[in-house]
Amino acid sequence: MASSSNSPCAACKFLRRKCQPECVFAPYFPPDQPQKFANVHKVFGASNVTKLLNELQPHQREDAVNSLAYEADMRLRDPVYGCVGVISLLQHQLRQLQIDLSCAKSELSKYQNLGITGHGIIAAANAANHHHQQNLGINLIGGGVGSRDHPFHHQFFPSNQQQVIRSFDGGNAYDAGNLLAMNVSASIGQLSQFQQSKATGAADGMRTPVEPS
Amino acid sequence: MKSHQEPRSGSSCAACKLLKRRCTPTCQFAPYFRSDEPNKFAKVHKVFGASNVSKILNEVPEQQREDAVSSLVYEADVRLRDPVYGCIGAIASLQKKMVELQHDLILARARLAYYVDQTVLFSGDGVNMCPVIDMVEASNGQDCLSFDHFSQFPFP
Repeated sequence: MASSSNSPCAACKFLRRKCQPECVFAPYFPPDQPQKFANVHKVFGASNVTKLLNELQPHQREDAVNSLAYEADMRLRDPVYGCVGVISLLQHQLRQLQIDLSCAKSELSKYQNLGITGHGIIAAANAANHHHQQNLGINLIGGGVGSRDHPFHHQFFPSNQQQVIRSFDGGNAYDAGNLLAMNVSASIGQLSQFQQSKATGAADGMRTPVEPS
Repeated sequence: MKSHQEPRSGSSCAACKLLKRRCTPTCQFAPYFRSDEPNKFAKVHKVFGASNVSKILNEVPEQQREDAVSSLVYEADVRLRDPVYGCIGAIASLQKKMVELQHDLILARARLAYYVDQTVLFSGDGVNMCPVIDMVEASNGQDCLSFDHFSQFPFP
């Protein structure tokens, strides 16, 4: 009977089977993260995950497993919409941002079209004045009317608008990584780890055969 | 003995056709996987498995099952088209776009505030008080919401 000096991976522990050295799950489901495999198994099933991993290059499998784990977690938290609910929310927020940006650009164009001169500025201000309060009243970071109370609001928008503006004016690189890393749920791993690697012509072009579970 | 067999339905739903089983009037999948949409169930079955879909449907109230099926179909479709990242790739893309738009909006608002400030401070002597601002072109306004190149988003 073959014995492994390492403890069985979380998948083999869950499935109550011997964890072989060539276990397909072992690199991605360490024994100290039992819930990760439990979630993936519950939503996708071990067999489907094996088939999916079999179709990928070895260097892609870790990202695939992590994305499956994320989706499984979202589906278990929200059985009706899963991560599709997040997509819907993001699209809504993006629409609002586009509206806000259009308004701001429209306001700017009024000043620019009337010329950058002293009298021109006053004329532009007078022309825009009746819209001023409405447009500048939009909470920039708040994302527009009605979004501040959304449960995910504070996770997607910085709470301190001035801090963001100062960091931009200072010439610092806008730290997109922080926002990208923001989680829908605090307990889910950061999305920033998912780097969309471009499909490269794999040097070997061969898929390492994986034993089905 | 056939006396206890359930009556055969008029036509099997897409799920029962794929699973090669009798589609009963109480079939859980029949309301959501019509026989004229075989690919819909095929995708869900390939990614999630019929058993897991059944468990998920059992967990949600009946009035929400249609939405649950729609989201599962969408998620499965995206996963089949992008086996590595699935919907997570879409989320990351949307978040990235959101960061870009926020950046553009902050810039536009800052510049607008500058103009507004100038109108307050301007003394009216005709001198041009506004320096040239090196405008950074904001988003060209292309529809950033159409990431959904894969399939029609089920929720407007």
